[in-house]
Amino acid sequence: MRFGRCPSGTMMGSVPRLWRSISQRMGLSTLVLAEQKGGRLDPSTAQAVSAARALGGPVTLLFSGRGLGGAPSAGAALEGVTAVLTADDEALDHQLAEPAGALIVAVQQRRSFTHILAPSSTHGRNLLPRAAAKLDVQAVADVVEVQGPCTFVRPIYAGNALATVETPAEGLQMLTVRTTSFPPAPARAGNPAAIEPVSAEELQAAKDASSTSAWVSEEVGTSERPDLGQARVVVSGGRALRSAENFALLEALADALGGAVGASRAAVDAGYVPNDLQVGQTGKVVAPDLYLAFGISGAIQHVAGIKDAKTIVAVNTDADAPIFEVADYGLVGDLFEVIPQLQAELAAAKAQ
Amino acid sequence: MRVLVAVKRVIDYNARVRVKPDKSGVDLKNVKMGMNPFCEIAVEEAVKLKEGGSASEVVAVTIGPKAAGDTLRTALAMGADRGVHVLEDGEVQPLAVAKLLAALTRREEATLCMLGKQAIDDDSNQTGQGLAGLLGWPQATFASKVVVDREAGRASVTREVDGGLETLSLKLPAVITADLRLNEPRYATLPNIMKAKKKKVDTVTAQELGVDITPRLKLVKVEEPAKRQAGVMLSSVKELVDRLRNEAKVI
Repeated sequence: MRFGRCPSGTMMGSVPRLWRSISQRMGLSTLVLAEQKGGRLDPSTAQAVSAARALGGPVTLLFSGRGLGGAPSAGAALEGVTAVLTADDEALDHQLAEPAGALIVAVQQRRSFTHILAPSSTHGRNLLPRAAAKLDVQAVADVVEVQGPCTFVRPIYAGNALATVETPAEGLQMLTVRTTSFPPAPARAGNPAAIEPVSAEELQAAKDASSTSAWVSEEVGTSERPDLGQARVVVSGGRALRSAENFALLEALADALGGAVGASRAAVDAGYVPNDLQVGQTGKVVAPDLYLAFGISGAIQHVAGIKDAKTIVAVNTDADAPIFEVADYGLVGDLFEVIPQLQAELAAAKAQ
Repeated sequence: MRVLVAVKRVIDYNARVRVKPDKSGVDLKNVKMGMNPFCEIAVEEAVKLKEGGSASEVVAVTIGPKAAGDTLRTALAMGADRGVHVLEDGEVQPLAVAKLLAALTRREEATLCMLGKQAIDDDSNQTGQGLAGLLGWPQATFASKVVVDREAGRASVTREVDGGLETLSLKLPAVITADLRLNEPRYATLPNIMKAKKKKVDTVTAQELGVDITPRLKLVKVEEPAKRQAGVMLSSVKELVDRLRNEAKVI
């Protein structure tokens, strides 16, 4: 049986029953590198589980870090998860690539999964390719569609083209998945998967690899707003905002809509907002229901990060700005006049 | 300390990408090519380390066809001391690139490898991590600040991660991949471009380095992404709010 002959064009989430039975007979089994922050399950894990389920085999989650809290139990309750492994140790604190990568290699050598998946976050992209090289696997990055156990679709050239690639049918396959392309796996009622720590030998591999790098410090944005990658509404600004202070206008609008604030590279480079708010090829890829772009011209690198938004609104003084080519609703005007009007209209609409 | 910096020749970041009608790939004929923007940042940082006295020599490396030699010359014009060109006409996937770079790192006895965080053509974001894994060296990806302490034999690197910044201390030798905000790459001046022509470039093949570069992933097809439906231009904020509520139903 060659999986390379998998029929193409099948949407994720509707994997034919035939495959699922073939997958199970072939002994497919998937490990998902789960993400948690401060002991809480990160939403990207449920989205990666959804991609893993599309492969067909049973799904095991691996949590590693220090102080995993309630994250493993939350992961064990996700639909499709059949087992949860935990590695809770000081050596894995802050998830440095060297010990965390060594852990993945040791877990794979002991348990022989057919697929290893990670969310395509900065974390997943840091770890997975390192472990893949050690396991002599060419990983597939940023998968947006699973067409079969060895056929995947991924964007290239800043999302200007979609490549369908086939991995070798034999041996381990490793992927990072673009989480905005997969719905989160729901939590199921009852029967959570069993949670079990990794073996002492597997943990030792991580400890042995932990001497070459050390975590020093972090600066974390302390926003009360929803996470940019997960928000239903994103309000974004570009260079036309003219100052950091003016971003308060966008923040107020974002709060009125229950959304997150984003920015173009120009706004980040100008120092108006920190770089973790950058949306685009080199920043975050978002897929909210509503994306509002204020004073953003719409360079291809920016559009690469917003193409999958359900509705795009663009407000710009330049009627020829390329952002209007991708916007569902465009408004030529000065954002400093439009934003207050928009807030007034929203308030009026709400009051009705 | 010798720094190895890897550069890739890619489509110019402003060029329009066209998918070939037969879906076999992207049409690169008559398209402007240049150094991958993240590689430029890596070269700049390597040259800065030399200017600051942390590095003694900067070796620029590229893997690709003959035309990639131009990209290597650009790195030399920016300040790299010499170049190594791994001459390969076919596709070289990130794992194979990492293996070639690992072989060169050992051959050149480099202490630090600088790469860009990703190439803007295949958008893989894997080579640096793979290289670090193969060498068994520590890695710092998405770097926005690098400080090398030669005496301590360590590099302090600030990384751009989801949600903020993180600072790590790596024991050298190490691999670092550059993010956008690490620096502003310099332009190669005409006199430096002329001088670069005299700098030494070694040409090798994957075979000579003992690396199997057979592609592991098979490209089935390349397609244009679905076009977004043409939108409408509105004339007032009132109309916008009405459309968002009653037509798009997103607020």
